[in-house]
Formats: sequence, structure tokens, C-alpha cells
Amino acid sequence: MSAAEWEMVVGLEVHVQLRTRSKAFCGCSTDFGAAPNTNTCPICLALPGALPVLNEKAVELAARAAIALGCELHPVSIFARKNYFYPDLPKGYQISQFDQPLATGGSIDIVTADGAKKVGVTRVHMEEDAGKSLHDRFPGATAIDLNRAGVPLIEIVSEPDMRSSAEAGAYLRTLKQILQYLAVSDVSMEEGSLRVDANVSARPKGQTEFGTKTEVKNMNSFSGVERALDFEFARQCALLERGERVVQQTLLWDATRNEARVSRTKEGSHDYRYFPEPDLGPLVLHAEWLASIKAEVPELPADKKIRFAEEYGISADEIEQVTSDLSIASYYEGTARQSGEPKAAANWVMGEVQAALNATGSTPDDLRVRPTDLAQLIKMIRDGLVSHAAGKKIFAVMLEKGKPAPQVAMEEGLLQVGDDGALTVWLDEVIAEHPEEARRYFAGEKKLQGVLVGFVMKKSAGKADPKKLNQLLLARAGAG
Amino acid sequence: MAVTHDDVRHVAELARLAVDAERLDGLVVELNEILGHMDELAKVNTADIEKHVAKPVDSTPLRSDSSGPLGLTRPRESFAPSMRDGLFIVPRLASHEDGGETTP
Amino acid sequence: MNTTDFTSLTATAIAARVGSGGISPSDAVKASFARATEVRAGSDSLNVILWSDEKLSVRDAESLAAGIAKAGKGGALAGVPVSVKDNIATLELPTTCASKILAGYVSPYEATAVMRLREAGAIVTAKTNMDEFAMGSSTENSAYGAARNPLDVTRVTGGSSGGSAAAVAAGITPIALGSETGGSVRQPASFCGVVGVKPTYGRVSRYGLVAFASSLDQIGAMARNVDDAALAMEIISGEDSKDSTSSANVVGSYRDQFVSQATSPAPLAGMRIGVPEEYFPENLDEGIRDLCLRSIDALKSLGAEIVDVKLPHTPLAIPVYYIIAPAEASSNLARFDGVRFGTRAARNGSLREMFAETRSEGFGPEVTRRILLGTYVLSAGYYDAYYKKAQAVRALIARDFQSVFGNGIHALFTPTTPSTAFPIGAVTDPYEMYLSDIFTVTANLAGVPAMSLPIGRVAGLPVGGQIIAGHFNEAMMFRVAYALEEALGPEAHQ
Repeated sequence: MSAAEWEMVVGLEVHVQLRTRSKAFCGCSTDFGAAPNTNTCPICLALPGALPVLNEKAVELAARAAIALGCELHPVSIFARKNYFYPDLPKGYQISQFDQPLATGGSIDIVTADGAKKVGVTRVHMEEDAGKSLHDRFPGATAIDLNRAGVPLIEIVSEPDMRSSAEAGAYLRTLKQILQYLAVSDVSMEEGSLRVDANVSARPKGQTEFGTKTEVKNMNSFSGVERALDFEFARQCALLERGERVVQQTLLWDATRNEARVSRTKEGSHDYRYFPEPDLGPLVLHAEWLASIKAEVPELPADKKIRFAEEYGISADEIEQVTSDLSIASYYEGTARQSGEPKAAANWVMGEVQAALNATGSTPDDLRVRPTDLAQLIKMIRDGLVSHAAGKKIFAVMLEKGKPAPQVAMEEGLLQVGDDGALTVWLDEVIAEHPEEARRYFAGEKKLQGVLVGFVMKKSAGKADPKKLNQLLLARAGAG
Repeated sequence: MAVTHDDVRHVAELARLAVDAERLDGLVVELNEILGHMDELAKVNTADIEKHVAKPVDSTPLRSDSSGPLGLTRPRESFAPSMRDGLFIVPRLASHEDGGETTP
Repeated sequence: MNTTDFTSLTATAIAARVGSGGISPSDAVKASFARATEVRAGSDSLNVILWSDEKLSVRDAESLAAGIAKAGKGGALAGVPVSVKDNIATLELPTTCASKILAGYVSPYEATAVMRLREAGAIVTAKTNMDEFAMGSSTENSAYGAARNPLDVTRVTGGSSGGSAAAVAAGITPIALGSETGGSVRQPASFCGVVGVKPTYGRVSRYGLVAFASSLDQIGAMARNVDDAALAMEIISGEDSKDSTSSANVVGSYRDQFVSQATSPAPLAGMRIGVPEEYFPENLDEGIRDLCLRSIDALKSLGAEIVDVKLPHTPLAIPVYYIIAPAEASSNLARFDGVRFGTRAARNGSLREMFAETRSEGFGPEVTRRILLGTYVLSAGYYDAYYKKAQAVRALIARDFQSVFGNGIHALFTPTTPSTAFPIGAVTDPYEMYLSDIFTVTANLAGVPAMSLPIGRVAGLPVGGQIIAGHFNEAMMFRVAYALEEALGPEAHQ
């Protein structure tokens, strides 16, 4: 059997940090960057006698995410303790959910080069984060910072529905986009607010039973996940080719070496001894509350794409680009609506706006050119008040100085002259200065029109409206 | 369901308790004696309870996101066994993926 | 104030005198310390008090006096010295749970129950000895040595709140806080001849109570009489936003009824008091049985109707308890790892060694046994057979109580313990020790309120009678207890 005859089977577990002000079970701040252990209290330090109290906002965000992923939210879910020892796990257990999670049975629609497909979401449950172990801070010691301990997370577990690393990548990008639209998380793998563990196995194509899976952890980007999956799949295929067996184990991805190494964790050494958390009652979600959370779920990327196609008539490619993230989509929509020029708005957003964002690393919300301002500029170009080329110069100045387009056009002398009187004066002068070209043009040598227009543009220092000028020349030629 | 020496060693490992050899025999006997009494539970018919659908219950109370932290009346250094630059210090892990102590 | 005067005063009497300016809070505090010295409450003899600091308590008393002077009145416990079990967080005295693993640990925050007592004017004067992490029924399992019963120093105080019971019995403080998981307030109260209350689960905040078994733990009060116990319970009860399992149920006044009741010739008229046969087994100590019958007669003479009832699942309570409590404990005690607080073993070359050595050196044998037991019953393959099954049987035990209280029974009367205080060192088999909770543990499993009050003595040793009521019906429980206490009078201590 050759490698091409094996099929990859992937399921993903995604941990997402919820965007709350305070931690899941105590009032400590979730802010990054505070001095070590300053965002800790009796509860998240797990001091003797301290007790957890659940954060309302965390429930709201978790429910919002689960609804958007098409899950069924359970009216009663149960928190459970997952028991294991680790120095950055203060209580010696993590408060999580086990056999009665918040929500189950959703799906995510993904699109790859192979087409569209639905990936099942097995469950969404709430849990708390651990602290941070710093191994390189002091020689011979590990240092523990518990500022992150107790930050609320949701874990989103997919069905083993993906069949390639590209599908896994598409799943993750689509999920990230959805969560970003929902404003439930910062969804940054770099900052650790989104973390991915992958379960992967290989089986002969056409076989319905799953092969033995391994778990790959420690990826720090989506492309890292894709590379790790390809690496591990190839390793498994090679084993199977040789007639060997895949051992169920955990591997850690090393991004610098581009390889996954077997974790030295003994399999079976984990026995988490889950049991219902006696310090918290069941989480009961009432129908009215759920309805209010449902009502707050914003338009999701898939729906927005359909609507943009209908309302703005831009191409599928353009839609993908202007909906890539929620703030871009809002920026685009504001510009398109206020300018009444959805096509031009798309070009601007994909071109100058995107370039400005890339150059500064800022978000659309930080741009000094607001959608209203850009719409005004687009209208000025449409109406011939400034040329397209001048428009780009104006945009650059607007970005830098935060002034409106008309003011910039005026101050920079970039307004086009479309007034017949001025154009006629320039034209008469050009005809006088270039009698030979003028004679030949009026005699019927039409290709000289561009030359004459060019002379006028030069004389006007680019301000003459070329469209008007052409009309004027044609009118004279027709009359002559 | 007799508890074996291996069982006690296994749970001691899970519970991070060092049980020395001489104590082990005694613990095996004690745990077997205690759990022997528990076997009467197996005889009780609880099918009715397990099937019983929970009646609507009160939810665990929810706290406002802006409730603010509970303070400490004395510094962390006053109760921590070892602290440096505001960090709790523990013996270094051989490497961060070592020893069955990987964070899940 | 001399110690004899002090010892004879109830908490309400002390608070009244402090409030009216008759005595100062410092007088009361100093008298309490003098009494502790007189009875040798420290490690030299009774060993009921682990931590105390007279200077600190006097300072607290003086600042309280200033507050009273300013406000022109004192709280319900103004100037009343109280003892607090060593597993309840206090701000200045250590909170060690009588364990080596917390040696020297002073909590940086305060338990809600302690805060409420202090807000009512009480002054914490002592942290009391206990079985390590409340695991035990004799206060022998203390890292700081066994406590001795003030009524007979060769005998145990009972436990795990033995130090608190003994501090009240010895007249050191009129009120003490203890904690219950399976009878740890009622059983020592019975052994020491004082009143001990376990409230409905959720009635008193557990915030600041070092967890043993979270679904069973409750803080309860001990006092020399029912009135003081009711007063203390009124003060510490009620919803707390820091404990998700605390109940929003309104507390009300337990004591208001005592006044009207006192003048009535038949204060328990119309009440039906159940006597469950399972609590009077054939092998029950004859002396205890006789005293119970005397109390039952007294209840009848108070106008109550006595009804034979059945709580058929009672014999299963000990097995259920010794699965659920150790299971929860194994998890609750995982935080004692030497990382953030408490002691750390000197041998800590690797992280694994640090964890294991810290915990093995820090925990005593009973705690170790229960952690292993609890870990075992939760581990893969055993969860369903043990933990899940025990929870189902627990529900049957709770249902026994529901059906009794749902069928017109207002309260139950039983003995508190199957024996009187036994000699120190007499009970060595763990399971035999567990059986001393046999009459108390059911109320913890069912979550109902229960209390013990002295009903007489056998061979000079106190015997407790237990009153159990329905969920959040502490008022009913206290009403019965108060009437019985009045009816028995001095007989309760004979």
C-alpha cells in the first residue's frame, strides 16, 4: 500500500479564553501583563477554606459561542473536578465539565479546495485555566505565576470529521472567525487565548473503522497545526506500511524543528477521578435567559456573506476579503452604504485600507479614516472632483492627519478643474502653442487627441479633469 | 473487590503520598476492612433513584463580572514556602514535558 | 470579675453587662484567659486550646470597647469571648487544622462565620484542638496531641470539634464554633455535656472553613445552653455571596419563641415527635437508653405526641459516609502541596519528591488513610461501584427523612451517640471509631438540621440527646430543645 492509499482522520480540541474582566470563579482581573501573582486572591491561590463563585459573564459568553456553533444548550449542566497534580494548578483539580456539559451537537461549515463540508462539534464545555510555569526564569527552579489561574475557558471538541490538514486548517480559521464575530474571545494563538490539541489517526481509504489515534499538542499557529498533522500522519503511515502498530500516545510539536516528539508522559498515568464539583450547584439555564442570549448573537460570517452578495453585488472573492474579520466587514459596510458605491468601496478596503492596516498593524477601528470619510472620498472621485490617482494621495494624507477629504484635496491642491471656462483657456493656449498638432488633430488625426490632452494636463499641473477635457476637444473637432 | 498492594501503590502515586513498605501492608488490610463494609451498598436497589429525573433545581448563583477581587490581609510572602520576585518557586521540572506531569 | 463569676455567665448575660457598661470587654477576655490557665487548657494538661494570645485579644477587646462607647450600645455578643475550631480561618491566630502541613499558617482572610461573630461584638480568644482536618471522632488524631475531656482527663473529648466542646464545658468561653461533616459538633458536645448544633446544609457559609467533605461540611455552634447556641446560630446563619452553596432562605429569630414558650404549661402541645427505632438498637447502652426514655417522658409531659417512626436506610449511613467523605477529601486536600502556603518537606530534590514528601510528612495516619480510600473509590473502574452508588444510597437516606417530616412529624428524638466518652487510646480500629458517628452521620447525609443537648449522665459521664428537624426548620428544632432543657433542669447534668 502506498501513502496515497491511507486516509487521515482528525478531531480537534480547541480551548478558547473567554473575554471577561474577572476570572471564572473569583473577582481577580484577567488582564495580561500584571506583575506575577498580583492578580490572585484566596480563591485562585486555592488557600484553605476559599470557595468558587461562578462569573455570570463567562456563562453568557460560553452560551453565546455554543449557540453560534449550532449546539443544543442543556438546561442543566454540571461542573466537575478534574483531579491532577501540577504546580501551576492551585487546587490540585481543575473545575471543568465532564458528563453533563453546557452544550452538545453543533457543527461548523468549512470550505477547502475540495469543496464545502460540515464538521460536527461534539460539545462545548466551560472550565478554568491553569497558571503559568516558567522553567527558564531561575536556574534549577520552576517559577509559578498564577495570574492566569482561573481565567474562564471554553473547550470546543469536534467530531473526528476532518480528513486532511487543510480541512483542519479551514475548521480552525472558520471557528476563529466565528468566535471573533461573537466577541467572546481575543482568539489569538500567539497570546494563548486560543489553543489547539489534535487527535489524528490513519486508516486505509475506504475503511470505516478508525485507526489508533495519537494526540498532538503544543502547536502555536494554525499552519503549525497543519504541519504537525502532516508530520504525524506521515509517521503513522510509515509505521503502518511497515506492518507496525500505532501506539496511543501524546506528542509535542516542536515548531522550530518541524517535528513532533513523543511526550514522556506515561499513558494510563492520568486518572483524573472526575466527580461533580460539590462547591457549585448545577448551572441551570432558563428558557427566557437563553432566548435573550440568542437574540444577542450577532450576524455570523456565513450569513453576512450571503447578505453582502445580495445587497452589494460584489464578487465572491471580494466578499471573502471584506468579511475576513468583523471589524473589516463593518468598515466595508459603512463605506459601501455611505458612498453608495459598494464595488469601489470593496476595492478601497481591499487595497489602500488593507495596506494601511498591514503597514501599521492596527485594526480598522483604530484608523483615522473612518468609513464616513472614505465614503466621502469615493464620492469625490466618482463625481470627478479629484482623480483616482489624487484620491490615493488624499487618502494617505487623511490617514496621517485625520482631516476630511475635501479639506485635504483643497490644501494639497488636488481638486480637479472641470469648469469649462478654465479648461477652454488652457486648451486655447495649448492650441496656440502647438499649432501643427492642433491642425493635424482637427484635420481628422484622432490619435493626437491624447497628445493635446496631455499638454493641457501638464499646463494645469494635473488638475484638469481629463474626462471633461476630452469632451471639450471632441465637441470642437465635431464642430470644426 | 479486594484492594491489592498494587492498588494502594497506584492510589498513593495518584494522591502524591509516599507510602513506605512497612506501612503498605497495614494500609492494604485497613482499606480492605473499610471497603468490606461498603459491599453492603452493592446489595441496595437504587435503580429507582438513578432513573429518577431531577426536579427543577436552583442554579448555582452567578457573580457579576465586575465584582472585584477579595483582598489578602497579609502578603503572599508571609505564607508561601518559597517565593522570589513575586513568583512561587518549586523544584525545576527536568524538562517541561517531563515525568507524567504534563498539563493536559 | 473572678473566674467563678465568669464561668457562671451565659453569653447573653455577658453581652448584656458589657452593653450596659457593667463590665468591660477586656474584663471578660481576661477572665476567659484566667479560666483557661486555671483549668490548664493548654498542652500541659487538657490540650484543648492550640493557639491563643492574650495581648492580641485584650487589644481587640479595647478597640471593641471604644466602638461600644462611640455607638452607645454593644452587639448581641458584645465582649463575649469565643473559641474557634482550628479549621476555621481567623485573621490573627493561626489556622492549622491541627495538622503539621499547616504549621504556623495564618490565614490572610477571615471566615464569614467568624466575621459575623466579630461584627456582633464577639472576641476570638482561642483556636481549639481537633482531629487533623476534622477526620476523627475523638480529637486524638491531632498533630499537637490528644485533647482531654475536662470531666475526666483520662477520656477523650470526642471529635472532631473536641477542643471547642471542651472549651465550653470547662467554662473557658460560653460559645465556641465547631464544624461538622459526620457528627463532629454533636458527638463531642454529647461527650463533654454541652449543647452542639449542626445547621441545615447551606444555612451557614462555609467560606473560610477548611474543606473536608464539601457536600457535608457545616459550621455549627456549641454553648452551655440552648439559648446561647440559638443566639450564636442566628448570628452566623444566612446567605453569603462567597459560598455558592449557602442558602438564600431567610433565617428569622430562633429565640423569639422561647420567651412565649417559657410561660406555657404545655409548650409542645400539638407537636408530633418521632422516635426512630433504628436509633435504639438492642445493644444500645442501657444507661443511655434509660436517659432517652426519661427525655421522651419529659417531651410527653410538655404536651408532645410521641410517634414511633422508621428511617430504614439508617444502617447504610456509615458505609455511604465513608465513601463520599473520603472521596471529596482526597480532592479537597490536593491543594496542600507545598507550593503556595503551608510547610514544605526538606527533601524536595524533584517536584515529584517535593509533593510526595511534603504530603507524607505533613499528613497524619488517619488523613493519609482517608485520602487513599477516597482516591481509590474515585479512580477509574471503581467510581460507579462506590462513589456513584453511595450517592444513590445517600438519596435514599435523605428520602427517609423527607417521608417522615412530610408526614406530620415535627422533629425526631434520638440518642446522639451509642456510648459515652471512651478512654484515650481505647479505640484503635478505624472502623470501630467510625461507628461512633452512627447516629449523627445521617443528618449530614440528608442535610437536615440536628443538635445535641445534655440529657443526663451515666457513671458520671455526659449523655447527649439528639433533636433532628426538617430542612431549614431550625426554629422547630430549637423550640423542642429549649422546652426539653427547661423540663430536665438540673437533671440534664445528673
